[in-house]
Amino acid sequence: MADTKTSFRLKELSKKENLLESGHRMCSGCGAPIVVKQILMASEYPLVASNATGCLEVSTCISEYTAWKIPWIHTAFENAAATLSGVEAMYRAWKKQGRLDKDVKFIAFGGDGGTYDIGLQSLSGAMERGHDIVYVCYDNGAYMNTGIQRSSATPLGANTTTSPAGKVIPGKTQQRKDLTRIMAAHNIPYVAQGSPSHWRDLMTKARKAIAVDGPAFLNVLSPCNRGWRSATDDAILLARLGVETCYWPLYEIEDGKLSINFKPKEKKSLEEFMKPQGRFKHLFAPENASVLAELQAGIDREWNRLLAEAGEESK
Amino acid sequence: MKKWNELVPGAVVLEAGSSLKFKTGSWRAFRPVWKEDNCIQCLKCWMFCPDMSVTVNDGKRGDFNYDYCKGCGICALECPGKKGNTAIVMEEEGK
Repeated sequence: MADTKTSFRLKELSKKENLLESGHRMCSGCGAPIVVKQILMASEYPLVASNATGCLEVSTCISEYTAWKIPWIHTAFENAAATLSGVEAMYRAWKKQGRLDKDVKFIAFGGDGGTYDIGLQSLSGAMERGHDIVYVCYDNGAYMNTGIQRSSATPLGANTTTSPAGKVIPGKTQQRKDLTRIMAAHNIPYVAQGSPSHWRDLMTKARKAIAVDGPAFLNVLSPCNRGWRSATDDAILLARLGVETCYWPLYEIEDGKLSINFKPKEKKSLEEFMKPQGRFKHLFAPENASVLAELQAGIDREWNRLLAEAGEESK
Repeated sequence: MKKWNELVPGAVVLEAGSSLKFKTGSWRAFRPVWKEDNCIQCLKCWMFCPDMSVTVNDGKRGDFNYDYCKGCGICALECPGKKGNTAIVMEEEGK
């Protein structure tokens, strides 16, 4: 593997070709294209992609306009991993038959709806069968494409159109699903969590995930200003705060061994991450203090679990 | 717009990166303006631009590509500037 420290210098990276072009129709200030461009740029191999239904899919390929410069297949909501498994299996067969001698890698992109919920069974199957693919989930915490409906990635207390905060409920009443752990439980060679704010870390992870022989999974935080009810300019700021508050810990599991990639000197209060987001506004009302406390407790519990598993001391 | 029977079978798009023909710059309500004197060439704006609208030529930052910039302002917020003076300022369009 190439030395990531020297090859991930911005000046050198800027000389590479854009594999996701301008002119896509993601919203102004969307986090997802930043995530995708960083991941594509990190690859040392030519890539073939599949894309589950979602914002990224519908906005990057409209009629005759595609933003992609790599072979790209649109699949349905539930089968991005299954489709890519088939493509990878065909590639292996062709290689065996001597019809192809080029090294190619395969990557799937899906949002949290297409990954945590609808595409979970096909993803689980692809990981279990051991295809040499990378699955990237860009997690914006709800079905943003169809108008901000709650998903199993939506955090506790968040206001969405199907978990509306009001007199009856204080936003979503359940904790989010820990998909990264579910993927790690498949005992695949590489699982990691990343954030576009920490681009060098994310690109290192993407490069490892792509290079590894066998299935890999990346879960990446992807701010959505429409659904999070925040400003258009704060995608990277919020992603960074998500990491610094331990809402979105950066860690990787390589062959079963967990390591934490970013440990904040002083864990920031979750409120710093939540305050700029309108979806959490109601949680700062006195009657919802218990929801806020429960959310913080869940995040502290998870962070301490990670520290213990990595063999590090908690603060 | 082509009719259904004029499309490539399977609606396959044969031209990579054809979205370049669709200019999204008209979405912009605010325009980022680059102040070269305050620029330290860190290229963070280039890395964080969701629309690939910061041009870099041979490792050196060039101007914005206003054909595609949607004016989100991420670049302006993330710009460290020189000695506290930002190199990217957001200005309202049409003023």
